[in-house]
Amino acid sequence: MTLISRRNALRVLGTAVTLLAGVSAAAVSAQDRSSVKIGYAVSITGGNAGGAGITTIPNYRLWVHEVNEAGGLELPDGSRLPIEVVEYDDRSSAEEVVRAVERLVTQDEVDFVLSPWGTGFNLAVAPLLDRFGYPLIASAAVTDRAAEFAERWPGSFWLLGGGADYAGALAGVLGEAHAAGDINADVAIISVADGFGIDLVNAARETFAEAGLNIVMDRTYPPGTTDFSPMINEAQASGADSFVAFSYPPDTFALTQQAQVAAFNPDVFYLGVGTPFPTYIGANGDNAEGVLSLGGIDTSNAALMDYRQRHEEFIGQAPDFWASQMTYAGLEMLEEAIRRVGLDREAVANELSTGTFTTILGETTLEDNQLRDLWWTGQWQDGVFVALEPSDRDGASEIRLPKQPWQGQ
Amino acid sequence: MLLTALISGLVLGGTYALVAMGLTLQYGISRIMNLAYGEITIFAAFSAFILFSTFGINPLLGMAIVLPGAFVFGYLIYGVMMQPLVSRSSRTGSLEVDSILATFGLLFVIQGVMLITFGSNYTSYNYLNFGVNVLGANIAANRLLAFALAIVIGGVLFLVLTRTRWGTTIRAIAVAPASAPLVGINVNRTARFAFALGTMLAASGGVMVSMYQTFNASMGVVFTMKALVIVIMGGLGNLMGALVAGLLLGLVETFVATYVDPGLTLASTYLIFLVVLLWKPAGLFGKAAGR
Repeated sequence: MTLISRRNALRVLGTAVTLLAGVSAAAVSAQDRSSVKIGYAVSITGGNAGGAGITTIPNYRLWVHEVNEAGGLELPDGSRLPIEVVEYDDRSSAEEVVRAVERLVTQDEVDFVLSPWGTGFNLAVAPLLDRFGYPLIASAAVTDRAAEFAERWPGSFWLLGGGADYAGALAGVLGEAHAAGDINADVAIISVADGFGIDLVNAARETFAEAGLNIVMDRTYPPGTTDFSPMINEAQASGADSFVAFSYPPDTFALTQQAQVAAFNPDVFYLGVGTPFPTYIGANGDNAEGVLSLGGIDTSNAALMDYRQRHEEFIGQAPDFWASQMTYAGLEMLEEAIRRVGLDREAVANELSTGTFTTILGETTLEDNQLRDLWWTGQWQDGVFVALEPSDRDGASEIRLPKQPWQGQ
Repeated sequence: MLLTALISGLVLGGTYALVAMGLTLQYGISRIMNLAYGEITIFAAFSAFILFSTFGINPLLGMAIVLPGAFVFGYLIYGVMMQPLVSRSSRTGSLEVDSILATFGLLFVIQGVMLITFGSNYTSYNYLNFGVNVLGANIAANRLLAFALAIVIGGVLFLVLTRTRWGTTIRAIAVAPASAPLVGINVNRTARFAFALGTMLAASGGVMVSMYQTFNASMGVVFTMKALVIVIMGGLGNLMGALVAGLLLGLVETFVATYVDPGLTLASTYLIFLVVLLWKPAGLFGKAAGR
């Protein structure tokens, strides 16, 4: 009896000490936490590195630098905690991004996870983050089904619109130019046979017809295509005044070069991802003038121009004219939400969904977890990629048509 | 239309062949399956870009700097990394697998260095980017130049390999590395030289590619894959084979894009690859001249 009770007592004591140790450790970490852990997995190497290296990574680094410079993230009680970053390379693999995010959540136990680059990658991690109760601010994902996703994963936020938005806006721009008699109704379209290109061309087929436009050429090409001369020749022979390419960055650059070689000078020259990159104007100089694409900026927005300045100073290169600003604005919203409600993830998600924020984009509010105040179509004008559409929004520039012929031929 | 497609296809194929010829030397003669091949191509492309944009040296003159550098790099890499594998494989006979593993590591080292030095951005510049009228077809001058270079390099090296004593030496170690020393050939030195020469060809391909194609630090594997397809189609170690296979691939891609659908170019590439392998498993020029 005494023996048993002693053994029992020892057992109880042991358990109690272990439990207490655990509790006190938890108490210590809650009271004396010295930092906020923020993690992200993004394509530092591999095929997506070119896009992530312009749009996502520089903005994450800039934001962390600025927040820590100011003393850290501000909490509701006015205290500040510095950000501690956990960064993983997903090597442009969808399996890897899921594994890395799972690791961030379960092993590194980060407080917040920032979104990866690319539509597919955001969709890959969204269910996982939802299961663990983490908000996802998807700032580099273009999807038409954002409303559906926001309903399925209530903590997910979509800041870059959908393919139908961009294609619809372009249809509007072209339809208006046609109605004004600037261009004929014929459009030649090529698109990359991958997520982005498929989404946009599908939307374009519908919206272009509604806008009274006539698609005379509709070709898709596999990713990695380097020689576009057969397609350019066909577009040139088609007699269309408008050339539209829903392309990826390497294709965008190649199309610009090869259109010059072929002396292909359509009145409207619209290219896809990569056009609003600073490297595009770097490589093409004056020949970028008049080229249309997705996105654009409002140069009268002082906060935005100030951000571009800071970005260039810290990173050493200018941000792009499309998704960079949304990426940074998303981070500002996260920072502000934490200031208002603290580090509770559910409360932060709720605040993101319902609150109004002042960001570099201006007054920013999400509708059904989506950012809808976006610029859909832009154009290179005098070295700046300015926003054109929606044309009734403040800060929109006037389109300049026809595009000047290529210089230096 | 037909003539335009024919000429565009030949020129595209020439640029493919240029990139593939170095790999055929390295794999066919030195027996090193170099997975870091494309990385060397990209490194040369970046070097040409830096020379052009920072120092104002045009890429053709830049070759005078990049190519010797690449030769020395290849020579050193063979000495440091491949030599131990080669000497070990005389006992185990596992040089191919060993070299694949070793160069797979090298791939990430070079890629990492490039990511740190040049960043992950897409890079592109314009040089000789104007149209030249060739029999009614409008061809970019930089591509035409790459085509000419491919023909010249392919032709000269083919003649050297088949007509000179030194070329016979190189082919001897490709055919019978074990017997070559019996007739007084220094296998090691010759293989090392061929590897360095292959590295130099990879770099010349990279400099040419940089003139007309957008590249970034992670794109090397694309070039390795394309080169591998061409090398296997042409026959290992056969320069003429690489040239013909490259041209064939360019023609097929252009004709499919022009007359069928641009979406099927990739499929047609692998279809023709499959057909060649079924019909001639050793490649187009497999047994005839190479090994």
